[in-house]
Amino acid sequence: MKQGSQSWVFTNCPVIVGAAVVGGPREARGPLAEDFDLLHDDLLFGEKTFEKAEKKLLEEACELAVQKAKLQKQDIEFFIGGDLLNQIISSTFTGRTLSVPYLGVFGACSTSMESLALGALIIDSRFGGNVLCGTASHYAAVEKQYRYPTEYGSQKPDTAQWTVTGAGAVVLGPTGAGPRVVSATIGKIVDMGLKDPFNMGAAMAPAAVDTIAAHFQDLAASPSDYDLIITGDLGRYGHQLTLELFPKYHIDMPEEKYVDCGMMIYSREQPMRFAGGSGCACSAVVVFGHILNRMRRGELKKVLIVATGALLSPLSYQQKESIPCIAHAVAIEYTV
Amino acid sequence: MTEHKQRILTQKEYQQMAKANEPKRPVLANCVRAFLVGGIICLIGQGITDFYIFCFGFTEKSAGNPTAATLILLSVLLTSLGVYDHIAQWAGAGTAVPVTGFANSMASAALEHRTEGYVLGVGSNMFKLAGSVIVFGVFSAFVIALIRTLIAMIGGV
Amino acid sequence: MQIYFWAFVVGGLICVIGQLLLDVGKLTPAHMVTVLVVAGAILSGLELYQPLIDFAGAGASVPITSFGNALVQGALSEAKRSGLVGIVTGIFEVTSAGISSAIIFAFLASLVFRPKG
Repeated sequence: MKQGSQSWVFTNCPVIVGAAVVGGPREARGPLAEDFDLLHDDLLFGEKTFEKAEKKLLEEACELAVQKAKLQKQDIEFFIGGDLLNQIISSTFTGRTLSVPYLGVFGACSTSMESLALGALIIDSRFGGNVLCGTASHYAAVEKQYRYPTEYGSQKPDTAQWTVTGAGAVVLGPTGAGPRVVSATIGKIVDMGLKDPFNMGAAMAPAAVDTIAAHFQDLAASPSDYDLIITGDLGRYGHQLTLELFPKYHIDMPEEKYVDCGMMIYSREQPMRFAGGSGCACSAVVVFGHILNRMRRGELKKVLIVATGALLSPLSYQQKESIPCIAHAVAIEYTV
Repeated sequence: MTEHKQRILTQKEYQQMAKANEPKRPVLANCVRAFLVGGIICLIGQGITDFYIFCFGFTEKSAGNPTAATLILLSVLLTSLGVYDHIAQWAGAGTAVPVTGFANSMASAALEHRTEGYVLGVGSNMFKLAGSVIVFGVFSAFVIALIRTLIAMIGGV
Repeated sequence: MQIYFWAFVVGGLICVIGQLLLDVGKLTPAHMVTVLVVAGAILSGLELYQPLIDFAGAGASVPITSFGNALVQGALSEAKRSGLVGIVTGIFEVTSAGISSAIIFAFLASLVFRPKG
């Protein structure tokens, strides 16, 4: 049911009955390695190209999520997927493998929550039974498309982020024991005129705060209603800017309650960390793996995930356009 | 139903916030590193030039060509071994400015686009990053040589 | 031996100019090397680049600026021989080594190697 100006409250609380998270070599050396279902030690995992490797990541995550939900591929009624590559080709090929009705979405790095919100909507409105939501990203494939060839010797600034090589998928069902999706807030595009593609965190922060503010207003909620508020991939500098923006929106956010997946996925000791991780997989692997695990252990009961996306294209940047951004929020609850 | 939200923050105000938040680039440290690495690459280039002069009988003028070719070969090798980009992250312009940067831009593009085939992948994309150097080099040389030549002709007449 | 010292210093300084264009000018690497090539061409047109090469050796001939110089010198020397049309036909005369070897070696690399990411 719609509540407020841009939020949905799911009275029939769709349940996350299965979730799986796959990662690459960098993620394997990061602090959240234990929360992955599958880790690869190189960037190709037997595939011929980086693009095919990204497709394989998403296929693996989807397959594992379905297995963990104790279902078969044919039980999935809808697959909602998206990624960063042109024409969201990895999701398309995964949809081909799964052979179930497919909805492709593009939200850049906000895809994880965009697909989760839509999946929850399908279940809550009784327009479907089991829905699979997944997204993936691959460092090399994304660099090649959005920035430079991977072996090119350009000097990245400190505000740059490292695209996470990984995939996260969840199966949503109408009943069962597990974390429940209780509400979602669909974001609006927010563009504050920033143009630097090597500082996405600064571009996306206003979108994150805009959506969080809308969520709190629509649901008459506040930070105290959640154990943790987590943004997708604002990185170190975006995280800092977000903290500075909260007071301007009259949000009283205690610093320890607000974290960012981009800062969690890699540790300070890892080389070339820059501002943190990014990519569709960043929020997906951290939330569908680490955060859900913490909820299952009873450490967290209510979380608000705000996945952020920078919706620029390589061409729009060259044509001197600024970076339009979006953030989608989903609230998940779990009482053990 | 929709209350018109007051603009909390103008674009300009936020851009100022973002600018203040941005970490300052370590310009001095970057320049020192660029100086060192660029200088060393030129030193190596000088050594290679002398090697060609003394061992292969090139003259000072003609040794420039095999020197460039040798540096380009080294740069392509380092790019192919996956090492060049790590050096470049540290050295910045120190690796980009010498001819090594040119070679790297071509080799990295060639390697990357091999997956699209040799004709449309490698062939079409090789000059993706290096093309502007050639285009602008040639065009500016054309303009400058034209001006010089016209001046000489007018002066001569 | 003196030339080694100046090769190091001059080469290093040209790179520092490049670094400043990157960090302060906020240019992309491609824009930066393009600016330097054009600068080399301009210096060449003013007959300032060859003296720099005589003085600093590889410190002036290795940076990408010398590519601009080579293009201009090629155009000028052909213009002396054949008149105005030489400006267009002579440009690549002096500089084929760099471009040919880059194409050949990059292509060979693509046959054998793959990007490591």
